[in-house]
Amino acid sequence: MLLEQLINGITLGSIYAIVALGFTLVFGVLGIINMAHGEIFMVGAFVGVMTTGVLGWPLWLAFAASIVVTSILGYLLERMTLRPLRGKKGVSHLAPLISTIGVSILLENLSHHIFGAGNKPFRTEFAEISIEIGQVTVYIVQIVIFAISIILMIGLSIWLSKTKAGKALRATAENLETASILGVDTKKIITLTVIIASAMGGIAGILVGMAFNSVSPQMGLAIGLKGLAIIILGGMGNVKGAMVGGLLLGLSETFLVAYGDSGYRDAIAFIMIILILLLRPQGIFGSKMAEGR
Amino acid sequence: MLNLSNVETYYGQIQALKGINLEVQEGKIITLLGANGAGKSTTMKTIAGLLKPKNGSVEFLGENVTGLRPDQLLRKGIALVPEGRAILSSMTVLENLEMGAYHRKDHAVKADIENVMQRFPILHERQTQMAGTLSGGQQQMLAIARALLSKPKLLLLDEPSMGLAPLIVAEIFKIIKEIKDAGTTVLLVEQNAKQALKIADYGYVMETGNIIIDGKASDLIVDPRIVEAYLGRKSTSEQALVK
Repeated sequence: MLLEQLINGITLGSIYAIVALGFTLVFGVLGIINMAHGEIFMVGAFVGVMTTGVLGWPLWLAFAASIVVTSILGYLLERMTLRPLRGKKGVSHLAPLISTIGVSILLENLSHHIFGAGNKPFRTEFAEISIEIGQVTVYIVQIVIFAISIILMIGLSIWLSKTKAGKALRATAENLETASILGVDTKKIITLTVIIASAMGGIAGILVGMAFNSVSPQMGLAIGLKGLAIIILGGMGNVKGAMVGGLLLGLSETFLVAYGDSGYRDAIAFIMIILILLLRPQGIFGSKMAEGR
Repeated sequence: MLNLSNVETYYGQIQALKGINLEVQEGKIITLLGANGAGKSTTMKTIAGLLKPKNGSVEFLGENVTGLRPDQLLRKGIALVPEGRAILSSMTVLENLEMGAYHRKDHAVKADIENVMQRFPILHERQTQMAGTLSGGQQQMLAIARALLSKPKLLLLDEPSMGLAPLIVAEIFKIIKEIKDAGTTVLLVEQNAKQALKIADYGYVMETGNIIIDGKASDLIVDPRIVEAYLGRKSTSEQALVK
């Protein structure tokens, strides 16, 4: 029982971590919370539902479609709503934030209009298949979710620490001006970052669809707020913080539902925010210096 | 190799450069002197592309480069070590050096990093350490080393001696001379006018956005206007004694 809950918690937590990574990447580079991230995630989930359910595509193709669609959304988000506001005189630093809120409203209502308000089931061929290891029941879906999450997290970490583009992203995140005098085309890196973050959101969308077997136009808001809570918990703009924070939230939610009062499930994230802001405002992995923006 | 003609740069409504004319000749050290707020750093940022001039033109190696982005100018051969060093403090020393060679695609990068670390042993010793943990002098060495790894034709150094102990300052000026001897042209902004004029070939003096005096460094160092304003009276008497 405990082991099963642990597996549930890690599964949920690793999805949260991927959502939070999308937030933290964009925050690191642009210094703003991308309020449209949750809705891009939701679009990714719907692409998954449509391609597997209506078109009958295999799951890997659904992932590919979702990545493509959310990447394009990410590109449009940067080109049409963020870049025009950047570096302009007289534009408040909050303007891009407001801009992303606008995009989130647009996307939510658009999918409401196209797909309707209700929940859509997400069917995968192996949704009900489970294996028993001793006393413990593990669903194949959980293993798939966990594996994809881990691969994504490790892949992103390696990409950031070892590749030229990854280093350029970190340099841009630390200081845009410095990165540019070192020869980094910061415009390109920013666009790349928003695209990668959005694609990760799309993947997380499908994973959540698979995990909960339901997708709705409103799911973006809830997960978006949790993602926000996670990066505050882990440290804004901190990649390791997003991963650990995500797992922490997933585990505590699961254990609360299993052993406590399930009514408080969604409150956990916000209780965590209050506690972390009281005890360690920079987040678990955040540094105090990072506030100098 | 570098020519600024009538460059005017603004911060919003405020005009920081009021028509700068400046020439940098290949293979020389040119120094830019002046009090705080004279527009020295603004001039450097304009050359490096961090600021865009409203009027005037910047010409580099016979090509008009006015208004290009910093990353484009770096590819043309202009590298800036900004005031305050601009170290990437959350990246390691080695990663900082690698970022210096970011735009290069040749295979000599690794060997060049090795060479630089040989020249600055402290960087070799601390290569896996976060750059933010280095001391001020070490950070300045790292910033200069990093800029050199881009293989610049023109190196812009903005107040490299700022906030450093005298012994380290002497070391920095020695390094600047070495850089010139190795064939890289240097444009140096300094508060430390005396030291700067000693190693420079030519100097410009700025005041409130204008260039007011220019001349050979050897002339400037004895020019009474400069001695009075930037070198202090003490050096006047020193000069008198020498004579």
